[in-house]
Formats: sequence, C-alpha cells, structure tokens
Amino acid sequence: MAVRLLKSVRTSAWFGWQNESNWTDPLLFAGYALLKPVASSLILVCMYTVVSRTQPQGSLFNYIYVGNAFFMFVANIVFGVSWTIIEDREYFQILKYVYLSTNSVPSYLVGRAGAKFLLATFSALAILLAGRFLLGIPLALTTIRWGLFLPVFVLGVFSCIGLGLIMAGLMLIAARHGGVYAEGVAGIFYLLCGAVFPIEVLPKPLQALSLYIPLTHWLEGIRRAILGGSISPRLAVYNDAQLVLILTATAVGTLVLGWLSFILLDRFARSRGLIDMLTQS
Amino acid sequence: MQTLLNNLRAARARAYVRVIGTNRELSWLVFDILLPVLSISAYIFIYKAIGAPEEYGGYVIIGGVMTGFWLNVLWNMGANWYWEKQTGNLEIFFLAPISRLSILGGMAVGGMFQTSIRAMSTAVLGALIFRIPMQVAHPFGALVAFVLTLVALYGLGAMFASLFLLYGREAWHYANLLQEPIYLLSGFYFPVRALGFWVAVGASVIPLTLGLDAMRQLVYPHHGMGLLPVGVELAILAGLCALYVGMAGAALRTMENLARREGRLTLKWQ
Repeated sequence: MAVRLLKSVRTSAWFGWQNESNWTDPLLFAGYALLKPVASSLILVCMYTVVSRTQPQGSLFNYIYVGNAFFMFVANIVFGVSWTIIEDREYFQILKYVYLSTNSVPSYLVGRAGAKFLLATFSALAILLAGRFLLGIPLALTTIRWGLFLPVFVLGVFSCIGLGLIMAGLMLIAARHGGVYAEGVAGIFYLLCGAVFPIEVLPKPLQALSLYIPLTHWLEGIRRAILGGSISPRLAVYNDAQLVLILTATAVGTLVLGWLSFILLDRFARSRGLIDMLTQS
Repeated sequence: MQTLLNNLRAARARAYVRVIGTNRELSWLVFDILLPVLSISAYIFIYKAIGAPEEYGGYVIIGGVMTGFWLNVLWNMGANWYWEKQTGNLEIFFLAPISRLSILGGMAVGGMFQTSIRAMSTAVLGALIFRIPMQVAHPFGALVAFVLTLVALYGLGAMFASLFLLYGREAWHYANLLQEPIYLLSGFYFPVRALGFWVAVGASVIPLTLGLDAMRQLVYPHHGMGLLPVGVELAILAGLCALYVGMAGAALRTMENLARREGRLTLKWQ
C-alpha cells in the first residue's frame, strides 16, 4: 500500500516536472525559473535602498530578504497545487483521466506539489545565493542552526501541502476563475504572516490573527535558524522548542484537514458531475 | 465605407463582451479589487517598517493601479489569442470579413474600461485604508500622462497578441515571466531612478516606466525623485504610442502569415 502510494507520488511529481519545464529548452527554463523570484527580491532591495539611501544591509533588511525567499515555497506549493485542478480540468482536460487511473487523486496532487517544491527550492536558493554574494547578507552553511532549520522547514512544507489540498478541494467545485481564490489566500498569507515585514507593523487585530497562521511561526523559525535571532518581539516570546511544537501541531492539523476536506469536496464534486466540467467557453 | 462600418461594429462587439463582463460575475469584482489592495498593502507595510515618508505609500498606490493595466495587457491582450485558440474562437475571428486589428482594438477598449473600474477602486481603497494624501498637484497633466501610457501600453499589448499567436503553452509562461521583472524594471513600487539613470532609461521602452514616473511627479511635484522632466517623458510616451500601434499592425500581418503557413492557428494543447 505504502509502496504503491509512493510510486504514485513519484510518477505524478515527474509528470508535474515535465509539465512545468518541457515547453522550452533547459537553459531558457532555468532563466525563467530564476528571473521571476530574483526580480521580486530586487524590488525589495530597491525599496529599501531608495528609502535608506545606503547599501541594503542590517537586521531588518536581512529579515525581509530571507522571509521573501522562503515565501516562494508557500506561493509555489499552495497556489500550484490548487491551480493543478483548474489546469488539468479546464485547459488540458485530463482530470477525468487522472480519476480513472489507479492512483488516488490526493496522492497525485501531493506528487504535483513535489514538482512545485523543486521549483521553489531553485528559486529560494538563487535568491539566497544572490543575497549572500551580491548583497553581503550573513548567510553561511556553518552559521545555520541545522538542528532547528531542518524540522522547521519540513514541518512548514507539510503545512503548505495541507493548505494546497484545502485549496485544491475548493477548486473542484469552483469555475475556472477559482484560481483567484488561491491567489487571494496566498496574498493574505503574504500580508499577515510577516513574510516581508515584522508583524508588529500590522494593526493590532491583524497581529493577533497572524499568530494563528502556521506560516508566521514557520518563517520565524526559519529566520531564527538562518539569521540567528528574531526582531519580532511578539514572536520572540516563544522559545525554539515551543516554536517546533506549535509547528508540529499545525502541520499535522493542516495535513489532516487538507486531506479530509479534499475527500469531502471531491465527493461533492463527483455527486454534482463537476469533475469534467468546462467553464472556459 | 461599409468595410469601415463592419470593422467598427466588430470592435464594438469585442469591447462589449468585456464591458458587460465587468459586472456579470460579481465575485470577480470583489477579487479584482481586493487582490491588488492586498498586494499594495504588503508593499505599504514594508515602507512603514523601513520608516519611509508617507509619499512612498502614494507611489505604491499609483504602481498598484497601473499593475491592473499591465496584467490586463499581458493576459487579456497578449495571451488572449492563445486562450481564444484553446477555446476555438480564434478560427471564427479569422473567418469573419473584418480586420483582426478591429478585434484587437475592441479588446483594448473593453479591457481599459474593465480595468479602470477596478483600478479606481484600488486607488480609493488604498488611500482611505492607509490615509495617504493623494492631492493631485497637476490633474490635467496627470490625465494626459495616464491616457498616453494606456494607449502605448495597449499598443504594446496588441503587438504581444500577434507575437503570441504562434505559441502554445509558451504564451502562458512568457506572459507569466513578464510580471515581476517588469514590476522591477518599470519601478511599480519605487521611484524608477533607484535603478540608476541608464537602466531606467533602458527600461523606458516599456511605456509604464515613463508613465508611472510622470504621474508620480505630477502627483507629488516636490518629492524630486523623477527620472526626466515631465514634458520630455510625455513627448517620449507620445512617440511610443505611435511606435507600438504601428508595430502592432506590422507584427499582426507577419505573424498571421507565418501561423497560417505553419498551420498553427487551430493547434491546441501543444
């Protein structure tokens, strides 16, 4: 059973990778994969530079830069997994064949998330390397607290997959414009989880809301592991162990919720005959 | 005369779909307004975190407004014929006894209308939520800059539509690629001068670069972050309008011939 599940995830990850990359030659694809995320980081660099009128450096800039690099995983996985439903159903019209195959659809989506994860990893690495060598951000393999980074990172990715499954379930019952729901959710996370600024900048009620989002704690943990500390007083009250505990609970909760909600919405979509609906014409 | 009338009717018909589509699905309206507000909020909060003066919030709002137009140009002009090919409408456009430019013109007018409503809402909401002063110092100049930017921008979009006619999935990816890098090069969220004079001048081939800079100078004339004098920027924008509208026609003829010869007009899913 587990072997079959893994095989299914691996096959769909491979398929996802082909879908992402085989429209062009590898060199152009590499440029494509890197240009967007690097440009989005440079926007932040320019914003910082134009105000401070100095070279971008300091703990606030590092905080912004690292948060933005790791948010690539959220954008790619949460948005990517849910977009898979719209793309496969509406544009390539293959979702019904995925249902007809021996694979389970959630495992197919987890596999597709794997391809998105790979893309996000390239993007985040490119941003971090540019930060290290072009902007002088203190990032070094020897200074990263791997004991904190690895569990925090893995738990955060699980949370993203769980959130992706929730969104994918919603896409099953949404028309083709459902993609904007996922975009909206990603936008809300970008704003609320302190991806590019400390949450203390937000109005008080939003700060409180921010603490209930697993990704807020995830980015905090990543920053502590990579930069060595936190500049957010509200999040500094949690020690590392508490942070990992919160992340473990939210990752398991999000995955279970994602899986269950997908199964529920999938049943609903099938009962209404929505699996092969076309809303594009 | 009859040909001209037919083309104008075709343009009106293509624009009508977009104008009527603006209010057809109200949930779209909510997302179209709220998504840009979310995006500009994040950038305004970054400026707040850095301790930037209030005007920078205004810069972000102006950039956020124009983001809507850029996305409309990319997806609803540039990549539109790719979608039309997927849905089977493209062949109908080519069978009709009208110029393809009238279809593009209608798409542009409809798109401008559709996006203007959303852009205005974004500007008003952004200014109200963040209490950013947006007294336009030179309203007429700002309007001229806005109109010139839109004409040049949609001319560029019409040119993209022709270029993307040959593409399959690549069209989607190229349109996607032209988002963040253009936000950076055109200075959507910061004064473009921050890129350095020559990089900013190079980026001026994208009408938004000078359009945004001119509008910001006209809204906040005392901030002194402009790239070139406003008059020069408006003159260059007028030149870009003529250039891109002319090039759109030429690109359409070339690409249409090529697509017919290679049999790509009805090719889907490749």
